[in-house]
Amino acid sequence: MSARTHLATVALGALTAAAGATAIEARRRVASRGIGALRPDTDLVRQVVARMTTPLLPDDYLHLLNPLWTAREVRGRVVRVVPETEDAATLVIRPGWGWSFDYQPGQYVGIGVSVEGRWLWRSYSITSAPRPDQRHFAVTVKAMPEGRLSGHLVRGLAPGTVVRLAVPQGGFVLPDPPPPRLLFWTGGSGVTPVMAMLRTLVRRGTMPDVVHVHAAPERSESLFADELRALADQHANYRLVEASRDRPVRVGDLERACPDWRLREAWVCGPERMLDDAEDHWRRAGLGDRLHLERFSASRTAEAEGGRITFAASDRVVEADGATSLLEAGEGAGVAMPFGCRMGICHTCVVPLASGAVQDLRNGDIYRDRQGIQTCVTAAAGDCTIDI
Amino acid sequence: MAIGNVKEFAHLTDEQVEDLGRRFDAIRSSIEADLGSRDARYIRNLIRVQRRLVVAARVTLFASAFPPAWVAGTGLLAVAKILENMEIGHNVMHGQWDWMNDPEIHSGTWEWDTTCPAEGWKHSHNYVHHTFTNVLGKDNDVGYGILRVRPEQPWHPFNLGQPVYNALLALLFEWGVALHDLDIEAIRKRRKDPAETRRQLKVIWRKVRRQVGKDYLVFPLLSGPAFASTVTANATANLIRNLWSYMIIFCGHFPDGAEVFLEEELEGEQRPQWYLRQLLGAANFEGGRLLHVMSGSLGYQIEHHLFPDLPSNRYPEIAAQVRELCRTYRLPYTIGPLHRQYGQTLRTLLKLSLPGSSSQRRRRGEGRRAPRATIEELRRYDGPMAPQAAVS
Repeated sequence: MSARTHLATVALGALTAAAGATAIEARRRVASRGIGALRPDTDLVRQVVARMTTPLLPDDYLHLLNPLWTAREVRGRVVRVVPETEDAATLVIRPGWGWSFDYQPGQYVGIGVSVEGRWLWRSYSITSAPRPDQRHFAVTVKAMPEGRLSGHLVRGLAPGTVVRLAVPQGGFVLPDPPPPRLLFWTGGSGVTPVMAMLRTLVRRGTMPDVVHVHAAPERSESLFADELRALADQHANYRLVEASRDRPVRVGDLERACPDWRLREAWVCGPERMLDDAEDHWRRAGLGDRLHLERFSASRTAEAEGGRITFAASDRVVEADGATSLLEAGEGAGVAMPFGCRMGICHTCVVPLASGAVQDLRNGDIYRDRQGIQTCVTAAAGDCTIDI
Repeated sequence: MAIGNVKEFAHLTDEQVEDLGRRFDAIRSSIEADLGSRDARYIRNLIRVQRRLVVAARVTLFASAFPPAWVAGTGLLAVAKILENMEIGHNVMHGQWDWMNDPEIHSGTWEWDTTCPAEGWKHSHNYVHHTFTNVLGKDNDVGYGILRVRPEQPWHPFNLGQPVYNALLALLFEWGVALHDLDIEAIRKRRKDPAETRRQLKVIWRKVRRQVGKDYLVFPLLSGPAFASTVTANATANLIRNLWSYMIIFCGHFPDGAEVFLEEELEGEQRPQWYLRQLLGAANFEGGRLLHVMSGSLGYQIEHHLFPDLPSNRYPEIAAQVRELCRTYRLPYTIGPLHRQYGQTLRTLLKLSLPGSSSQRRRRGEGRRAPRATIEELRRYDGPMAPQAAVS
């Protein structure tokens, strides 16, 4: 990135008399969640054109022609909505400029959807194997009870809808090459990241020795049931053990289904209880480093009065109650917080909320991750992290 | 309560002031609760229209050697710059659209099409001016450090040149705004850290270079043989924008009826008193929808000061509620046609270039004390912004 910027800046200096400052663009790029740089040659063209569009970016005009023609806020178009079960659907998304297909199987991606004028963000596991040649990727969404956005995505999203995309992330990934012996233990929609891993293994044509213990609800509601069974039929190395959710799979069942679990590198994704059991079990066997866990973020951000505030860039952590504003908490911890009117009108103190939830002290509204918040009138609602 | 000493508010009891505060809060929450797709469509459409105007103007000006194209292109560009600076940029930077959670239309990231960097503007305007509105010695917008706009400001022989400074400020308004946050007065009185001044100048210089480069180098070069006519067209568009925004902005706080405050009147100020100060410190002007959009909704200066971060497309409905409150509580609400508001501003500027009336505190309707609203009248009042009704 820095090499590209450097190259572009040097070339630009030769091209225009008013060369130099790209600070405004740089700041925008940092401030936005965009993935940013494209190829160096495209980058150079953009910077030259930016001389004409300043203080905006060329992308700010181009996305009015085609919503996908911008790398400032990466967008994607939903090309298909495939119903999987009664309450789950796969969204096939054609990403626009700035998207990179070098994500790893098992990672999740943040998807922003405009609902009643507001961009709401949630993260979902990518279920497709990374395939740049197909120019699209898929996420599978399960409608949560009370989940406003997931319900909208599963039932209300029309093909053609433009969504926003964050950078794929997460450490729950399949290494390349994969270990010779694997164990997947999944529960319910916890199968989604593992699905991307299995599809990747199939695509590469090198299925290692895999045991997959999967606990799912009744057949009609079970995600990817047919595809998993077909896999088991086609690949002798892939053994699928299905369990009903009516009788939860416990660690004892796992030992019976996969007696050689100690010899396998394990990936576990499912309900909180199952993850706790697995963590405990592997740790007691002294095999904690062979276990990979994925906890969905929803369980990480329980709302509460007050909580632990992490000031990410300043590397400070402070406990605060539900009546202390983030601004006061930050100042108390010696963080250089931006501030203004201290009464919620001037928006000088806005900083990005990276994760967790905060509560508006004026009206009790809860704001969740991925948005700018006014620190002078918000307090922690559970643990949260802000980018300052 | 110090603001109770202000004559316009002397008829209010403490309870009435508190009650007013609650009613203003209720207007805010009812609007906030109602924000949705309709509002998002308004700002997105406006931005789309504005960007199309820019493209149309720039393309037309490639032919600016041909006089009709010069006129059309200049007009389009002036309108585009006015829309961007006033109804879009100024309001976005106030955080009016932050609720959409769209980083492309957000106070934290917006940079506007003028030489003033967003960072300096947000400090001098959103924070200093909107928090300490019209407080002498604290709000630099009272005369912008070069004009005497209030009789309370002491006269100095320097003020004799006021008609000239005023004309220059109108013509070069964009540059005045760019340098405003430097606070020249503080630099002159050595109240400011030179390192901070240098840092600010660097930020301003970076922005100026890009803006000037675009209008006076890049586009003229792209026009080839029409280089000179593109330069004059762009300069004229910038000038039209300067004159227009100067006039609109000078009608916000300088017409008769908009009052200033002393620092001691801030003593013990809470939210309700802050609302009252905003109400008395600002002046509206009348006009159709198009005039209001072209003036960045600053014809609703009073509503803008009461709720600077509520979306500007909501000001007309907020204004109806605020006027109703002012009638009920017998509070002044300053409004008039644009020409009268500007005429009063100009008259004040000329009058105050000469010495006189410096120690005297002039108040609207002197000697005419508004009668106290009776309990009976307040009880009868149950408009749409009554706190109970709006909150439920």
